[in-house]
Amino acid sequence: MSPDPRELGRRLRERDRSAAPAALNVIEDRSAGARERKAALLREVSPTALGHEAPAHLIGVTGPPGAGKSTLLSALVASWRRAGDTLAVLAVDPSSKRSGGSLLGDRARIEHDPRDDGLLIRSTAAGARMGGLAAATREAAHALAAAFDVVVVETVGVGQSETDVEEVCDTVAVVVQPASGDTLQFLKAGIMEVPDVLVVTKADLGEVATRAQRDLAQALGALGSRDVPVVAVSSVAPPQGMEELAEALDAHLARLDLPERRLRSRRAMALGELAAEHGDAAVRALGGRRAAERLLAREDPAADVRTLVRALRERAGVNT
Amino acid sequence: MSTGDSKAPPAESPARLSERDRPWVMRTYAGHSTASESNALYRRNLEKGQTGLSIAFDLPTQTGYDPDHELSRGEVGKVGVSIAHKADMHALLDGIPLDEMNTSMTINATAAWLLALYMTVAEENGVERGALQGTTQNDIIKEFLSRGTYAFPPEPSMRLIADAIAFTVDEVPKWNPINICSYHLQEAGATPVQEIAYALSTAQAVLDGVRPRVPPERFPRVFGRISFFVNAGIRFIEEHAKLRAMGRLWDELGRERYGVEEPKFLRMRYGVQVNSLGLTEAQPENNVIRIVLEALAVTLGRDARARALQLPAWNEALGLPRAWDQQWSLRIQQILAHETDLLDYPDIFEGSQVMDALVEELTEGARAEMAIVAERGGAVKAVPYMKTQLVESHRARVGAVERGDLKVVGKNVFTSTEPSPLEEGEDGGILTVDPEVEQGQIAAVREWRSERDQAAVDTALEQLATAAGDESSNVMPATLAAAAAGATTGEWAATLRAVFGEYRGPTGVTDAAPAAEDESLAELRDRVERVSEALGRRIKILVGKPGLDGHSNGAEQIAIRARDAGMDVVYEGIRLTPSRIAATAVQEGVHVVGLSILSGSHRELIPDVLDELRAAGAEVPVVVGGIIPRVDADAMLAAGVSRVYTPRDFEITRIMGDVVELVAEEHGVGVPAG
Repeated sequence: MSPDPRELGRRLRERDRSAAPAALNVIEDRSAGARERKAALLREVSPTALGHEAPAHLIGVTGPPGAGKSTLLSALVASWRRAGDTLAVLAVDPSSKRSGGSLLGDRARIEHDPRDDGLLIRSTAAGARMGGLAAATREAAHALAAAFDVVVVETVGVGQSETDVEEVCDTVAVVVQPASGDTLQFLKAGIMEVPDVLVVTKADLGEVATRAQRDLAQALGALGSRDVPVVAVSSVAPPQGMEELAEALDAHLARLDLPERRLRSRRAMALGELAAEHGDAAVRALGGRRAAERLLAREDPAADVRTLVRALRERAGVNT
Repeated sequence: MSTGDSKAPPAESPARLSERDRPWVMRTYAGHSTASESNALYRRNLEKGQTGLSIAFDLPTQTGYDPDHELSRGEVGKVGVSIAHKADMHALLDGIPLDEMNTSMTINATAAWLLALYMTVAEENGVERGALQGTTQNDIIKEFLSRGTYAFPPEPSMRLIADAIAFTVDEVPKWNPINICSYHLQEAGATPVQEIAYALSTAQAVLDGVRPRVPPERFPRVFGRISFFVNAGIRFIEEHAKLRAMGRLWDELGRERYGVEEPKFLRMRYGVQVNSLGLTEAQPENNVIRIVLEALAVTLGRDARARALQLPAWNEALGLPRAWDQQWSLRIQQILAHETDLLDYPDIFEGSQVMDALVEELTEGARAEMAIVAERGGAVKAVPYMKTQLVESHRARVGAVERGDLKVVGKNVFTSTEPSPLEEGEDGGILTVDPEVEQGQIAAVREWRSERDQAAVDTALEQLATAAGDESSNVMPATLAAAAAGATTGEWAATLRAVFGEYRGPTGVTDAAPAAEDESLAELRDRVERVSEALGRRIKILVGKPGLDGHSNGAEQIAIRARDAGMDVVYEGIRLTPSRIAATAVQEGVHVVGLSILSGSHRELIPDVLDELRAAGAEVPVVVGGIIPRVDADAMLAAGVSRVYTPRDFEITRIMGDVVELVAEEHGVGVPAG
């Protein structure tokens, strides 16, 4: 009954989007027995197998709860689909600490035609890593990037948790609503990484939104990040600012050295995974973070994350 | 809030009215299948002594779709009558004297349209609009909160309401253009305080919206045209106090916020349908007793007596009521009004310290809750807040029934019973709508479209779009022109959807607090963990509501409990097509699909979902919950549904345990005993 993982990987590589849901089932499988299946699938969509970096634009959309991320995404999805781009949305919701369960509600807020096979929405729970991304989500994003034009990772984040999204994605957009002083403070204090694009929602509120836009632009200027665009959007009909936002995201991608960013991302993910699985002791056994990074730099740039983790494990002398 | 025009009691007899009060307007919420079948039903009901009409429309009519729309499938003529254009309305009202009739229409998102059809039919029959009496429900906020038959986003919906009010106050002065509903809030789990507070906050939002659209000197009259549609539950003393508290707060709101002084405009006028939420599928004959007691709550005290009353039927938890079932409920009203001495006395609670204290308590509670809604920007902006509060209240109620803290005779206490002869007939004690009705209506609306003056319809709809796009104009004249030209319900709504946009209401579940710890839940959680471990992924369930049925209480409670049991839950809210459910099941990689339907359309929609799932290659078990007659349940099980749950299955934790077992079985995962 379970489909051949290599076959699924191959289909994704050939941009057969109908393989995506089953591929995600494999990638999300945490059981010990699934490890080999997962590795087999991911190998098929690695840069080595593809012969180049996966073609999708990996976009992270993050921000505090209630900032209007899903509503914004709904409008963005519509505009991307109108332009003919196929896309996958990985919507990550927090899990309940008490029960481990979750209510995945973002899907409901993204207007879509269920018969549109150019759009995939997959909801996942953040799991134990509150505010961060489960390893499965990072792997899912990179696997889907082989088959779709755009892959969006949507997460709830405030402050430092954007780091995870930044590791995975080419472009990170942080979404805030007007009069949310937290983001401004976090930015100024350097608690928060400077995003690639800042989005202020609820532009229909007028003056408040304009002021927020100005304050954020000033803060970015003070941090020497004057070229980070601050886009004001409104999803109240008729939506405003969506084209500008899409352009800002594209412009960031155009400026980007994509192979370099993806490589950095894979190395960071490999290190993160080593630490998550074997603890800091494993990193220390490699001689610390910097030494580990040097080690990774000697590996094949087209190697996938799992291959990198295996290499690190061997050097650190830890077993799976 | 007295009912009739009776004279004041003579001083020598303070115990009795000098003239017995006139009874309230007696209605039965009725209508199904076609307009002509419903017309025959109305005429029979009027012959039996019913004194007003209460029209039940089917869900496509309520949500603005024609019978041949994809979303209408399975719903045409089901929970009410299908009205697609003016000829349907003509057939519905045939032979009924509209200048004498008092007609209540349960219609909200499309209220302006149905009112226009009603007016058009009256005028084409020579009855002037000024003579028309009745009510359009027209309360959209409670649709977002509980009933789900909305069509447009909140702001334009509120504007449609304001337009209808501003128009009728001059043109149809005896019409109640809006009936603000606390009824459905109680059905969704509201406490008495929430019921009062949210209904009055809604009224305030409506009045604030109309105020700039009418001249100031007309405004007190607008205030006077607002009426309410209230619920009454089984705790009938408190329910009576609730109505007195509402009247008091309404008077206060009129004087203080809107400067209304005329007593006749300040009087709270309301109609009632008593509670259906508390009616049971088990030992359903007991429901008659519940209905009688609830009717007492709203008739007992003269100062807070309902203007109009409609009672549910004893078998509503089993399926759709038949004409005889509805007759039985009408007889309850007639016995109360004509046989008892209820209408002989002045207000029997006047001077009661207990009643006064109870009213005071509810008034204070409601004031505090109204202040919270106001702080959140008023009823429109506070919809997500109110929705979350209602979901929480309902959750508390469901939990109390489950634990047995809230006793429901025949359901969770005194459950042993003799077989009920009422359910023995060939029809199982319920009405089944002929499935041919839908095909007939589809053919009829297509024929109607092909035979009318298309150019006239096109022009009328263009003008409607223009009026809708211009905030300062009133949509009613263009709506009337479209009705007269022969436009259809679906066309009217589609024109407005194009201008106003579409909308999905908040589900109220994502903000639900985690469950309190209890033993049975902890045990269930362990099982979920074990099965999830074995599966490699956490059990993922899709909770879906196919079709147009907006009653989402059940689905919401299931979604929350599944989350509390440790599952990953995908819940997309109401009004999903079978193809959307199938696509979601596949894309999300769920292990099980749970569907909820209460509108009686399960016979069509469940097989559709199964087909779509098969076509999409999703091999997932499907469980169904809702008001589902036994014969239908058997048919569904035979068609491939794994489990069927009805109102009888009130222990949600046990249902969840069942679902976990099902997932384990389907995936060949052994569940080690806990």
